[in-house]
Amino acid sequence: MAVTITDTSGIHVDIHRQNGIALEATFSCAQNELLALVGPSGSGKTTLLRTIAGLEGQDGKSIISCRGDIWQDSTAGVFLSPQQRRTGLVFQDYALFPHMSALQNVLAAMEHIPGPLRHERASEILSRVHLGGLEDRYPKELSGGQKQRVSLARALARDPSVLLLDEPFSAVDQVTRNKLYRELSELRQRVETPIILVTHNLEEATLLADKLCILHHGRTLQEGSVTDVMARPASALVARLIDMRNLFRGTFLDRATPDDPYRIQWGDHVIEVKSASDIPVGKEVDWVVPGSGVILHRQDRPSNGDRENPLRGHVSNLLRIGDTVRVSLDVDDRAETRIIFQLSSRVANRNNLSQGAEISVSLAADSIHIMQPD
Amino acid sequence: MDWQSLNVSLQLAVWTTVILFPVSVYLSRALAWRQFAGKSVIEALVALPLVLPPTVLGFYLLIMLGGDSVVGQFYEQIIGQPLVFSFEGILIASLIFNLPFAVQPLQRSFESISGDLREASWCSGLSAWQTFWRIELPLAWPGALSSIVLTFAHTLGEFGVVLMVGGNIPGETKTLAINIYDRVQAFDDSTAATMSAFLLIFSFIAIVVVQGLGSRAGKWR
Repeated sequence: MAVTITDTSGIHVDIHRQNGIALEATFSCAQNELLALVGPSGSGKTTLLRTIAGLEGQDGKSIISCRGDIWQDSTAGVFLSPQQRRTGLVFQDYALFPHMSALQNVLAAMEHIPGPLRHERASEILSRVHLGGLEDRYPKELSGGQKQRVSLARALARDPSVLLLDEPFSAVDQVTRNKLYRELSELRQRVETPIILVTHNLEEATLLADKLCILHHGRTLQEGSVTDVMARPASALVARLIDMRNLFRGTFLDRATPDDPYRIQWGDHVIEVKSASDIPVGKEVDWVVPGSGVILHRQDRPSNGDRENPLRGHVSNLLRIGDTVRVSLDVDDRAETRIIFQLSSRVANRNNLSQGAEISVSLAADSIHIMQPD
Repeated sequence: MDWQSLNVSLQLAVWTTVILFPVSVYLSRALAWRQFAGKSVIEALVALPLVLPPTVLGFYLLIMLGGDSVVGQFYEQIIGQPLVFSFEGILIASLIFNLPFAVQPLQRSFESISGDLREASWCSGLSAWQTFWRIELPLAWPGALSSIVLTFAHTLGEFGVVLMVGGNIPGETKTLAINIYDRVQAFDDSTAATMSAFLLIFSFIAIVVVQGLGSRAGKWR
């Protein structure tokens, strides 16, 4: 574990633990950044968050530093208590103090502020999370969304060095959730604190986060910007975890000249790819194409783009979801080479798409991503 | 009404409650939240006075605190008088037979406090001590009041154990409950009736108070 911390503004986490829930996690979150820790249930997300907060994880090898302060360093024997760390933790079920009003809940996290200043500042934070006028309500008198806001206000009242959000949107309805999403985005413009959001909801993560960190069985598999991770998963496992359906295996082919495109042998087809890095010729590779990289050929008006990786087959399934249509295309009429992509209903109707119809598509060479098998 | 025995009873009840409450808070908190070896044995020992005949408990206490026991001899050397058949002796007995009444309501209350709340308190910067005073104790308050009221009322009413360990010494160990027995033996029914009525009314009020606390305590519930 040789981690040198050069950036002293954000939070840096490096945890290696075998006991209990095993963790192999390395990631960092800069000032002004929102990192989403994404993984299926039981992947260790909450454990990781609790470890950052100092609520567990004294065993194993770990280094956690925040804004240049060492919070935890197993080799140096440093382990700061939750009180010393200054984290703002929003619990999944909010953990509001039931015997305290909204205002008192916020005041409880302001011990570090001189007494006379607390009241005004607490009211200010409550109005910042749109709870002005509800100061005297007890938690049982608040709706789910309001409880989440009080919990967020209490976390902010601590003037935290990092804000930790543990599935904060899972217990509210969809309408409230969308509202809270907007509020979080607004809030980010006013606080510089790094924010770590734990979620199993990939859509939520891509909507809110700057950076994704994919977690599986306690291990961080990939960390990067949202667009980067979503377009270029590090492995087939990551591709599956971020729900990329069109994942296939092929063989990497030789190029005659460096100007030729990279190519993959995929069954009887040769797929051209725009970019590939350091893959030995003849090696088996995994490749993915996002739904947005699948282009339907228009029967009435063929275009030049149709020559780019053309594939033909029958539509095995058409699924209408709202205004979009999810098309399953069995390339060469084989279920193993099924490609899934989405179209707007309008485009689907104009091209007379129906189940069983024969269609052809192109795969955009620049959207195909190649991965070395694990 | 025998004011002297009422005084003994009240003194015993106050001292028992004052000493037992902090001990019970510590013990019930540990039983509610911590896992340790021998926990179920301790829980069983705490509950034992509920089912044991008072005479059995009194008999063992008499042996454990008597002049031939280590505790009894030690006490006699320091203080200069025997522990049994003294107020201090029945106080120790009272502390022991009241354990289930003091500990169990508190333990149920502490058990009902989610661990998240304590962690949220720590993350909010409150120390373990502040967390106890500002979060744990207010939330466990109905249990704490039950514990106090039950201990107090039960001490006033205890008969068998006190008689076994303390005897019937006026002004020292003769409590109201023992005095009632004494008066009935002496065919003084009217004094027995007054004291019985007092204990009846007091106990009834205590139970009403405990039940009232259980159903509503603070508008946040």
